[in-house]
Amino acid sequence: MAVIRDVMPAFELLQPNSIAEAQNLLQQNGSDAWVLAGGLDSFDWLKDRIKRPKTVIDLSGVEELRGIRTTSDGIEIGAMTTLTEVAQDPTIRGKYSVLAEAAELVASPQIRNQGTIGGNVSQDTRCWYYRAGWPCYRAGGNICYADTPDGRNREHAILNAERCVAVNPSDTAPALIALDSKFVISTSKGQRVVDAEDYFVGPDIDITRLHILQPGDLLTAIRIPTTWANQQFYFEKVRDRNVWDFPLLNVASAMTLSGARIQQIRIAVNAAAARPLRLKNVERAVRGMPPNAATGEMAGKLAVEGAVPLQFNAYKIPLMRNLVKRAIGGVEQAA
Amino acid sequence: MSFLQWAINPWGLRVPIHIAWFLIWVAVIAGVGFFIVHATYVRYFAKPRQFAPDTPPIVPSEIPARVPRHSQVARAFHWVMAASMLTLLCTAFLPKVGVQFNWVTYHWIAGTVLTISILFHIFHASFWLDFWSIWPDRIDMTDAYYRVLRFIGRPAPAPRKFAKYPLENKLYHGAIIVAGLCAIATGVVMMFRVHTIFFPRNPYLFGDMTWGTIYVLHGLAGVGLIALVMVHIYFGIRPEKRPITKSMIYGWMSREFYLEEHDPTRWVVSPSDAAPGSSDRSARTE
Repeated sequence: MAVIRDVMPAFELLQPNSIAEAQNLLQQNGSDAWVLAGGLDSFDWLKDRIKRPKTVIDLSGVEELRGIRTTSDGIEIGAMTTLTEVAQDPTIRGKYSVLAEAAELVASPQIRNQGTIGGNVSQDTRCWYYRAGWPCYRAGGNICYADTPDGRNREHAILNAERCVAVNPSDTAPALIALDSKFVISTSKGQRVVDAEDYFVGPDIDITRLHILQPGDLLTAIRIPTTWANQQFYFEKVRDRNVWDFPLLNVASAMTLSGARIQQIRIAVNAAAARPLRLKNVERAVRGMPPNAATGEMAGKLAVEGAVPLQFNAYKIPLMRNLVKRAIGGVEQAA
Repeated sequence: MSFLQWAINPWGLRVPIHIAWFLIWVAVIAGVGFFIVHATYVRYFAKPRQFAPDTPPIVPSEIPARVPRHSQVARAFHWVMAASMLTLLCTAFLPKVGVQFNWVTYHWIAGTVLTISILFHIFHASFWLDFWSIWPDRIDMTDAYYRVLRFIGRPAPAPRKFAKYPLENKLYHGAIIVAGLCAIATGVVMMFRVHTIFFPRNPYLFGDMTWGTIYVLHGLAGVGLIALVMVHIYFGIRPEKRPITKSMIYGWMSREFYLEEHDPTRWVVSPSDAAPGSSDRSARTE
């Protein structure tokens, strides 16, 4: 099905210079428009000729969308800021290191130089049946090829699957959820700010998207409040090839301690479902407990409750259990 | 413009995957168009209805003041079916027009309720009700012919009054049977594609072409039901039909409405059939 031709189908390329101009173009073109950020997801689709937008709106010329700014309540990262810039920014490295760590583990240096944080959280799933252009649920069809008795589903979902079992591949998403970030969306009705975890949707809500952006919407920035600055963070990503790969699973947590006990915690995993999952039941359960191996053990078991493995991804259940355990108790204690 | 959405399956075959979703709007517009045309016709152009005189003449006092029309069980079925049908339509089509929520679970649960209630209805109507009363008979067809002739200004005898159900009711019931059973039959099979409590998921039950056809039939039945349900609700709230709607709530219609619309020889009601509340003297002696 997917034949890489390396020559993209013809489209009209529009290159706005401001958010207002971009927003205007998005509204004019509606669902015919394709938003191009770093291009790392987009060019696959376009070169494979699976997606054939009439119009591509290239955001690379919108300076307002770039850069990391300090605000009265934390920082604001422009959606077009590259992952390298995020990973190397001194403020992020100093105060929100979980995000720097997550960004640094995305793919390869070349990809991080080109890829943007907005693109990383808004990228499409990597399910190869879907990416190959097969008419699955996510592509508007009526079947999930991965969730069949013979489907190759080693990388697919163990939680919250609803017809489609594809997963969200973002590494920065769980870190941003752990930091209680807010996503700033420019829409035809004005600006909308949503919690990071609410930016993502599962197939139960919308089977054709991984996020809430509708045609005409534009993610402009991500705001990270100071609430979790300089707290105790944990990020771990497990992938097949450590030099360059999408996550099989990743976990991010932010924790505040009161003495030797967990006072507050936010923890999220990704690549376990079609949306990054904030583990609220784990957060509630470990509050007030010491961040040790026993607590981690309990948290790990709690995290995978309700998990339903497919034919080839049962390994994700102990993997997730152990990642959550390590995020709570630390690597040494969990080992 | 295609009425179906097609796709190329992994084996290179062109298969239908579902109806084109603009058909939702076609059904809605058809329903609204019907309201406008019908309401305009009734308001400005329709002549007063004329029925042939009753033979033999009716003695009103032999008819109870409250004529029982729908048993409690039949009414319960109707409202359960109505609730499940509305739930099915909302859960099926609202996500297609942009209202996003977790619809699949609600959809198959409502579908299960509808299926059980329809099975019950078939059983109940076959053994406890007058099964043939809802099917058009020869008199209905003859009277329909007379009504058409009179509508176009040709001479024809006045049609007789209706049996328990007017022909329009019977035809509507027939249309609902076709659309409803098509939606149910395909819907039950489609439950093999999702996780339910009833049977193990088996997407390989049929080939892609068969599955596609099932999805298309389900979609066509669904959009058909949108228009049918709209028309049903429209008639349910029309002033001249309200006695019928009320009978679906309270179980009875008034003697006056019965005598005005129905032929007591085709729908026989005896005093012993009186609905509760029929025994007031004034009603009896009217």
